[in-house]
Amino acid sequence: MNEVIVVTMDPKDLIARRVAQEIRPGMLVNLGIGLPSIVANYVPAERGVFFQAENGIIGLGARPPEGMEETDLTDAGGGFITAVPGAASIDSAMSFGLIRGGHLDMTVLGGLEVDERGYLANWMIPGKMVPGMGGAMDLVAGARSVVVAMQHLGRGVPKVVPFCTLPLTATRRVNLIVTDLAVIRPEDDGLHLLERAPGVSVETILASTSAKLHVSADVPEMMLH
Amino acid sequence: MKGALKVEDAATLVPDGATVLIGGFMGVGSPHRMIAAIAALGVKGLTIVANDTAKPGLGIGKLISAGAVARVITSHIGLNPETQKKMIAGEIEVELVPQGRLVERIRAGGVGLGGVLTATGIGTEVETGKQLVEVDGRRFLVERPIRGDVALIGARQADYNGNLEYWLTAHNFNPIMAMAADTVIAEAEHIVPVGVIPPDAVKTPGVLVDHLIGRAA
Repeated sequence: MNEVIVVTMDPKDLIARRVAQEIRPGMLVNLGIGLPSIVANYVPAERGVFFQAENGIIGLGARPPEGMEETDLTDAGGGFITAVPGAASIDSAMSFGLIRGGHLDMTVLGGLEVDERGYLANWMIPGKMVPGMGGAMDLVAGARSVVVAMQHLGRGVPKVVPFCTLPLTATRRVNLIVTDLAVIRPEDDGLHLLERAPGVSVETILASTSAKLHVSADVPEMMLH
Repeated sequence: MKGALKVEDAATLVPDGATVLIGGFMGVGSPHRMIAAIAALGVKGLTIVANDTAKPGLGIGKLISAGAVARVITSHIGLNPETQKKMIAGEIEVELVPQGRLVERIRAGGVGLGGVLTATGIGTEVETGKQLVEVDGRRFLVERPIRGDVALIGARQADYNGNLEYWLTAHNFNPIMAMAADTVIAEAEHIVPVGVIPPDAVKTPGVLVDHLIGRAA
């Protein structure tokens, strides 16, 4: 059964589905733009999760119906959204007060590099891409739990590396790395391989990772449900 | 509150070289008529403090395109290639500030605090040149307050006294910036009689607002 799913599932959807399992009932969660935003599709409404967009809403909902977009209701990427029942609109000081103040249970962000210390670089490539950090530094420094959701390879190059060469987003160890190949947890002694994507071997993961990984005798497949 | 101004007249309150705080997040909640009027005047050398520089043709992007801006203090320029181009060409100086730190620096400027202590950015590039202090065993960066000569505020509704109400994700930096400038100019989508906005809905008290922009002709 799993084999069939692997063949048909987009890598981004696979990552999003696995990250969604980390989100517990009642959490307040911030999803970054791009891949992380897909995670919301896999969190059932009955879980009672509130999503925050740092531009100023708790209770971000799905896209509005065509033609019913409200220009004053957008996510942090500027895309139109809806608000779920019980939502609250807030200003930027409150929004980042929640983030820094320990009120945000989890943030899910994309990554350019994560290293053996569990440090994340995701905001600039010197000389190439200098968009600004937006809210990323506050999110990584402040959220109770940081999950990095990214493709394992970027243009064929490993993104889980011994030591970040790109400018860091924070000097805080992230809590979990979820890719289309693996689930990895940074700990005191380095990176631990926790799970393999369906149909992916440990050898494939090691070959796609330049960082040292601690690997147990039996690495289970992701249970996607 | 000194009454409603024509947007063209209000734009003249922003002189060359002024430091201007502008509300909005990717154009959402920005005072769009004011921005367009200032861009049309040919003002030069502005320092803009804003969350982002929107994109070409939208909001603050119009000031960038018009060559009105010498310096930007902002958290994000990624969606405006013109800002990036002018930054690389040395035409605009860009100070990138983490978003939560930017809003707190402005808040500090508006509420009479001498600065902000934040752990965001410790050990990263933005630590460079910053003072570090330790409080109860935790390390923080010392951040200076930001104030503007002028703040340009976008609101959903204003009443004749300048009380402002915002909608949904259009609050963003607006209520904070309305406290942090010598002259505060508000542009609202609707101007309503006093009493229409209930006291509990007022997020920026009219005492902070110097001028309202009159309705579009």
